[in-house]
Amino acid sequence: MSDREPLFSSKNIKLLTNPLNVDNPITVQVLGICSALAITVKLEPSIVMAISVIVVLSVSNVVISALRKMIPPRIRIIVQLMVIATMVILVDQVLKAFAYEVSKQLSVFVGLIITNCIIMGRLEAFAMSNRPWPAFLDGIGNSAGYGLILIIVGFLRELLGSGEILGYPVFEKIGIYNIGYENNGFMILPPMALIIIGVIIWVQRSRTKELIEEN
Amino acid sequence: MKSFSNTYIFVFSTIMVVIVAALLSTAAMVLQPLQEKNIEIQEKRNILSSIRIKSSAKDAEELYEKYITGSFVINTVGEEQEGVDAFEIEMGSQMRKTLEQRTLPVFVSSLEDGRKIYIVAVHGKGLWGPIYGFVALNEDFTTIYGTNFNHDSETPGLGAEINTDWFGAQFADKKIFNKNREFISIDLVKGGADPESLNEIDAISGGTLTSDGLEKMLYDCLGSYQTYFKNQMKNNK
Repeated sequence: MSDREPLFSSKNIKLLTNPLNVDNPITVQVLGICSALAITVKLEPSIVMAISVIVVLSVSNVVISALRKMIPPRIRIIVQLMVIATMVILVDQVLKAFAYEVSKQLSVFVGLIITNCIIMGRLEAFAMSNRPWPAFLDGIGNSAGYGLILIIVGFLRELLGSGEILGYPVFEKIGIYNIGYENNGFMILPPMALIIIGVIIWVQRSRTKELIEEN
Repeated sequence: MKSFSNTYIFVFSTIMVVIVAALLSTAAMVLQPLQEKNIEIQEKRNILSSIRIKSSAKDAEELYEKYITGSFVINTVGEEQEGVDAFEIEMGSQMRKTLEQRTLPVFVSSLEDGRKIYIVAVHGKGLWGPIYGFVALNEDFTTIYGTNFNHDSETPGLGAEINTDWFGAQFADKKIFNKNREFISIDLVKGGADPESLNEIDAISGGTLTSDGLEKMLYDCLGSYQTYFKNQMKNNK
């Protein structure tokens, strides 16, 4: 790895774009489902959660990658957890100071980013054996892939469940209630998030050839 | 794989821990004033909500100034205490003290129609963690005007229902003293409260332990205030 490759070589771009689609942590690897079900009732917490995970994963990836030659293998998991936990606590503190309402809605789920399998998985599988820049891109890519699904689910659930987008009453403004439409209360409950994710997986698999398994 | 000596591992972990600790404590110290401000605003919103005033994070301070006209601190025999700010009192730690040692906050609100409302704090145990809130009483110190309950970690859809509007609305116009001025607190009843009853409200189905905790909280906390309430009732006469 002595020859310098350009910052955005096609290999690096793949690190960024693959997790958005063919290697998506939620829909393909089916990781991090717990938080995806819990906090996607509305769009705003979904966006904040997505940003939090992007920050935590990209920074932890870079830190672990930079330290990878110094970390004794015997305690590497503890070191990884420590870096993740530090980042998560920082994010939690910042949210409590600047976005108190949202941090109350996210409640324990910010803290639970620590146990999000996507993050540990990326640190162990990628950052431990790659240089900081690719690790950074990999971190952004994977957390963005996670965030993308969160935002799609959050958008659909808020729109169909409460008739709003980011708290703005869309359905009321276009007058859809007057012709007999009613909000679907089921959308607010976690099972519906699972069904929406299922539908997303279905759509994605039927559109992406690489994901179709041969029987 | 490179092997590392035990000494290296110890030194490495020590350095990591020191760096992390320094980082986190700096962050905590820098952000603390902002976080405390947020908590204060939330507290003010809870108080406002107990007198049925809806507020947002932006207008909470302004509405609080407008509606909450005074506050004072009393002990359990009903004497006012000097030099303590009602807003600073943590009801949780007060309730852990013995009855004689407790100091209790009272907030006074003047509504637009000129009525005075007295707001008292309550704090107790739910199923998973603390539950707390405010109870607003009319000038007769008997009839409840409004309530606001909050919790840290009750089960969503079950115990967590204590901070919903339907649950809070049940408390309005219930009485915590009977005709003989005996303290009866509020009963949370399973299987439907008698609408004629002075002090019965519906408990939460599936949230039995939280309901029991709330009932006990009201009994203990309002009970600590009862001497003061009784004194005030005598004065009103």
